[in-house]
Amino acid sequence: MVLPVRARGKGVMDWTAFLLSTKLAAWTVVLLLPTSIFIARHLAWRRYRGRVFVEAAMALPLVLPPTVLGYYLLVGMGKASPIGQAYETLFGAPLVFTFEGVLLASLIFNLPFAVQPIQRSFEAISGEVRDAAACCGMSPARILWRIELPLAWPGIMTAFVLVFVHTIGEFGVVLMVGGSIPGETRTAAIEIYDRVQAFDNAAAGAMSALLLVISLIAIVIANVATSKADIGRE
Amino acid sequence: MSEGVKGLEVRLRQGAPIPLNAQLSCAPGEVLALVGPSGSGKSTILRAVAGLTRVTDGHVSSNGNLWYDTSERVNLPTRQRRVGFVFQSYALFPHLSALANVMEGLGALPPGSREGRAQELLELVRLGGLERRRPSQLSGGQQQRVALARALARDPEVLLLDEPFSAVDRVTRQRLHRELGQLRKQLRMPIVLVTHDLEEAVQLSDRMSILRRGETLQEGPTFEVLTHPASRNVARLIDQKNIFEARVTAQRPRAGKTQLEWEGNTIEASYRSEFAVGESVDWVIPTGSVILHRRVQPSRGVRENPVHGVIEDMVRLGETMLVTINVDGYSAHPLFMSISAHAAARNTLEAGERIGISLRCDDIHLMKARPADEDEQDQDGWPQNPAGG
Repeated sequence: MVLPVRARGKGVMDWTAFLLSTKLAAWTVVLLLPTSIFIARHLAWRRYRGRVFVEAAMALPLVLPPTVLGYYLLVGMGKASPIGQAYETLFGAPLVFTFEGVLLASLIFNLPFAVQPIQRSFEAISGEVRDAAACCGMSPARILWRIELPLAWPGIMTAFVLVFVHTIGEFGVVLMVGGSIPGETRTAAIEIYDRVQAFDNAAAGAMSALLLVISLIAIVIANVATSKADIGRE
Repeated sequence: MSEGVKGLEVRLRQGAPIPLNAQLSCAPGEVLALVGPSGSGKSTILRAVAGLTRVTDGHVSSNGNLWYDTSERVNLPTRQRRVGFVFQSYALFPHLSALANVMEGLGALPPGSREGRAQELLELVRLGGLERRRPSQLSGGQQQRVALARALARDPEVLLLDEPFSAVDRVTRQRLHRELGQLRKQLRMPIVLVTHDLEEAVQLSDRMSILRRGETLQEGPTFEVLTHPASRNVARLIDQKNIFEARVTAQRPRAGKTQLEWEGNTIEASYRSEFAVGESVDWVIPTGSVILHRRVQPSRGVRENPVHGVIEDMVRLGETMLVTINVDGYSAHPLFMSISAHAAARNTLEAGERIGISLRCDDIHLMKARPADEDEQDQDGWPQNPAGG
């Protein structure tokens, strides 16, 4: 294991860490939201045996301590694991302590944050509305695009914000799976921790403030988008 | 099998989850009302026609085209069955304007002509000027019209209306009834109307299908079903208040009469050859065919099935008065008479008074006596039955 080398002597703001966090959050959103829409739609309307267990398993990241989740992901993605070995065979590099590894972990620990709000909003679409769409002769793809997605939009926006903000702020899991490699896995949240450890309160404070502002803006954007989508609805 | 047959043909049968044993047919331009209490499977039948519910054993065809047939393993998806469906809750797309709601049903038209056609349809249902409103900005009656316009947008082969008037107030409902009555003259497809409101069914339908617990009890022209219920159960479901038992005492084909003994009274009904002397029968008479003997100037009608009794109760229902009479010698069920309110006043009818009445012979309808195993208490009553019985 290569110990991360600390980048020191920079300005107050570590833009590398900050950009890495943004990149991780963006990739997580891009990959996770479409997947979550289909998982959520499935969970909202399909009834089958074992559904409660699927839902419970997906909610685990909400309640598990990040270190516990991080530990299992580290073990599950490590060189000794089938996933880690398969990845290494395919790409010639290990999965843990890489950006890709952190991204995979991020997709997993964000799953409930993405699926649950979207699922709730799909559940709120009445069966008769979907039936009416089918009676209009609309194809399933058109029903999804014209009816379901616009109606589930508030949930999708909520998921977007939760996932984005949560990814930017996640600390424990990223540290466990990625370590703290500058430019690769050292995100802003980890950098803040490192700066505090190094008594660099000015840098920690500046970066914390920036993350706070970003989170606040994301929530405002989502709320505005959601309330616009709600206008005219019953 | 149904080659060349015009209109809708439906046969459905299943044991669970909702028991069904129903068959119905509806010709183009005809309004068929499915009538029955809640839980009688009316909506399930409509949904099965549209392909929204699968039934274990069934056949649905429209104009000879198979939509669903379990023996031939045909099951067209809903979007391939040309149905127009108006849901009880209207099920409008809440995020789309009235115009856009209707346009969603026009997918078969080239995109450029959809808006114009949607506009025409909204004008057909008298919603011109409200195209840009969202459903939440429309009244219940207006929403219902958007739903109707959207259902018609697809140029459906069959129009299905699931209790479409139940969510609006009485005045709006009556106006929508009139409008549908007008509109249907322009529609050439079979129309199936599900309702639990008998009055609505009578007003709007050409034919009626009476359902109880998923089973078709009787289907036929509306007036025929109303005046000639096939059984005691049908009579109850069409809100006949006067249902009694009697015994055939004589058959007089030449006079055109079947004579009955009813709790000590001898009454005559129109001749019905299928009943033997001595056989028990059920019989019904509409409340309007019970005629009050005028007290001031008795008319000659008093000789037609005269019966006497005491007025137990009088309830005013708009312009008519429903009079409950305890007939002499018969106490199990009272007899009901409806009489115009002014006639009741002119004859100074009051509870407790003794009156003479005639039962119009031609309007007495005889039915096979109900099977012995049916429970007398088993009444699937109408929720808003004004007389409570």
